[in-house]
Amino acid sequence: MTDRTYGTRLPGLSNTDLGGKLIVIEGADGSGRSTEVDLLKEWLEIDGHAVVDTGLRRSTLVSEEIDRAKRGHTLGATTMALLYAADFGDQLENKIVPALSAGSTVLADRYIYTLMARAIVRGASRDWARRLYAFAFRPDLVIFFDARPEILLHRSIGKYGSLDYWESGMDLCLSRDLFESFFLYQDRLAREFEWMTREYEFHTVDANRRPELVHAEVRALVAPLYQRGGKAARPVRRSARAPVKPPAPASSG
Amino acid sequence: MIRENPSPKHGYPGRLFVFEGLDGSGKSTQAALLGKWLASQGYRVFRTEWNSSELVSNTIRRGKKKGLLTPTTFSLMHATDFADRFERTILPPLRAGYVVVCDRYSYTAFVRDAARGCDPDWVRTIYSFAPTPDVAFYFRVPVRVTLERKIASRLKINYYEAGMDMGLSEDLHDSYERFQGRIKKEYDRIAVTDRMTVVDSTRAVEPIQAELRTAVRPILQGFPKGETLLHDG
Repeated sequence: MTDRTYGTRLPGLSNTDLGGKLIVIEGADGSGRSTEVDLLKEWLEIDGHAVVDTGLRRSTLVSEEIDRAKRGHTLGATTMALLYAADFGDQLENKIVPALSAGSTVLADRYIYTLMARAIVRGASRDWARRLYAFAFRPDLVIFFDARPEILLHRSIGKYGSLDYWESGMDLCLSRDLFESFFLYQDRLAREFEWMTREYEFHTVDANRRPELVHAEVRALVAPLYQRGGKAARPVRRSARAPVKPPAPASSG
Repeated sequence: MIRENPSPKHGYPGRLFVFEGLDGSGKSTQAALLGKWLASQGYRVFRTEWNSSELVSNTIRRGKKKGLLTPTTFSLMHATDFADRFERTILPPLRAGYVVVCDRYSYTAFVRDAARGCDPDWVRTIYSFAPTPDVAFYFRVPVRVTLERKIASRLKINYYEAGMDMGLSEDLHDSYERFQGRIKKEYDRIAVTDRMTVVDSTRAVEPIQAELRTAVRPILQGFPKGETLLHDG
């Protein structure tokens, strides 16, 4: 029953063996995720697959509340973490699961891992974050876009002309200097992505390179999912019959 | 930073008294009376109740309209709301050495979410940031009694309170009894596992209040009094 989630069953969802595929692209802002999502979507659609793309903070349920909280900086760290979880839950049940049930491929531009990393660097324990998101569906493939902070900085400046307040973790008060805060914050996030890479079996892609090179590598990772007639190809499906691994003892970040 | 008199239950200098039970069990009346009495005894008291805030009620209204809410998102929205209340109104007075009287606490979520079919371990993990109270009173009363009290005081039965989203029954009263019955069963169960202090709430107000005052006295043995009187949160 709990096969497709990370351990917690979703009440009211009996159909846990859904047809579609869930592909996640993770990585920092400026790592080239969004560009790749567009390329991958195009490629999959030309290949004949129905694709639904989704990202964080696009749900209709609480996005207004999140925007309001961000503007006013009024909510505490635990509250924000839970608000994001509620938002994710809404997207999972009202967008991702229906799309998978319809046999579509869901392309997720970031998933629970970014939310977990953000919560942990703001004081949540790794164990709490991992258990909180245990209701999430296991993706068929998670690709992590690994890019050096210098590259992220150049891309952000090139694109927006500045650094984003939140992506620089200014709310953490690591430094009054935006640039310094950015590097400290990205470093902390990277530390969380490091253990998650092992725990959640990410495929890491060197995202310091040009988009075409990255895309070629992503295609090579994605293609096997659709082999054998496009059905039941789930190469990253691990220990299908094994019991769900209980969370390891708390190891705070 | 006040470091005196840390509570043996949670380590903060304040004390945390929790009032739990079904709607109409009389817990709010008792919480208000106990808060008044504590203040009259010279304790610094902070009283707070967990009702839906704007954050949650707006979201729930929107979700209901669009039929988007599921037990999982419902649970997470309430957890968000509780965390906000906890970080904003419960933790500060607790750290400042107040007696915090909470009308509803995390137990409300444990029983309600369990009645909606959420994984109880998952729910407990989410609320693990909430410290164990010094005492948690459970006002035990049959569902029938709460329904009669509601009807007698002409209070409207709320859609979610009746568990109408669960499809247990088309009839509001019938659904209310069934859903609240599930919640009561869960309260009865966790009252034992969580060592709550069970209060027979079918009795009159006075004997119950007397019982509560007797129960909190040993907890407040040697606890400092202050010049500030009652605060309502």
